[in-house]
Amino acid sequence: MSVLTAGSQRDLVDAVSHDEHLDDGSKTTLGFWIYLMSDCILFAALFATFVVMRGQTAGGPSGRDLFDLPYVAVETGCLLVSSFTYGMAMIAAHRNRRAATLGWLALTMAMGLGFMGLELHEFAKLIADGSGPDRSGFLSAFFTLVGTHGLHVTSGMIWMGVMMAHLLRRGLTQANLTRLACLSLFWHFLDIVWIGVFTVVYLVGVA
Amino acid sequence: MDGGSHLPAAHGDHSHGDVRTYVVGFLLSVILTAGPFALIMSGVWPASLAVPAAMAFAAVQIIVHLVYFLHMNSASTRSWNMAALVFTVIIVAIVLAGSLWVMYHMNANMMPGYLRS
Repeated sequence: MSVLTAGSQRDLVDAVSHDEHLDDGSKTTLGFWIYLMSDCILFAALFATFVVMRGQTAGGPSGRDLFDLPYVAVETGCLLVSSFTYGMAMIAAHRNRRAATLGWLALTMAMGLGFMGLELHEFAKLIADGSGPDRSGFLSAFFTLVGTHGLHVTSGMIWMGVMMAHLLRRGLTQANLTRLACLSLFWHFLDIVWIGVFTVVYLVGVA
Repeated sequence: MDGGSHLPAAHGDHSHGDVRTYVVGFLLSVILTAGPFALIMSGVWPASLAVPAAMAFAAVQIIVHLVYFLHMNSASTRSWNMAALVFTVIIVAIVLAGSLWVMYHMNANMMPGYLRS
């Protein structure tokens, strides 16, 4: 450490890790869980907005005209498989197998990238066809709800990349296990939100 | 790599599950996802029946995810996690039911004077 502040920051990080060691990270995961619960309320507001705006198509296309269910089924499959592979990563982490943990995390990341690729492709196609968020109240609400979920998934993947770097540098320390546990809650939570999205937005939209 | 080996004892086996838990959860989720997709895509049921059925599938799948992926079980019923979840479910229900009730009854509940003028 060449700079003094960087050195003291490092001490702070070590001190935090030691504290986490004492309470085995359960307070951290509880705090993170409470954040996720507040995120639930955010999504509830977006879902309510979407359901209210569903019919407000302003003469534009409705869900029935736009949504391609087999395409959404593939997106859903990507996210569901990624939830499973993240579970496998957690099991490998608790068995203290760093290489296996990294492998499962990489697979989870690949599934997440597949999901985001499909979603962005869908968004690009809608906007190119003149069905962007500016077309109608329905499409504004659609892009807000599905886009907010997509932003969460993107944040989760950035976090996952950071965790892989952490694991490569320091290994499966107590602090890293706590972080992996929080990311696990985040990732499974996003899959639960997606159940609501594919049901309320896509399935009910086409029915 | 330190600190990993004693973790199962510290956390207890129920807190992160085993391979079997995830496989069961995954298979149940596949069935509960394929069900509503097949129902809506085939169009065998009218929307008035298919929509509530799809909602029911989603509700069951959310519970499956909570139990098999997030490990909410009888051991966690007395925990703060569960208390926070129950509180959130109540708030979410109020937000959803309240918003939809207000918005779908807005015309009927407008002030009479406003409608006459």
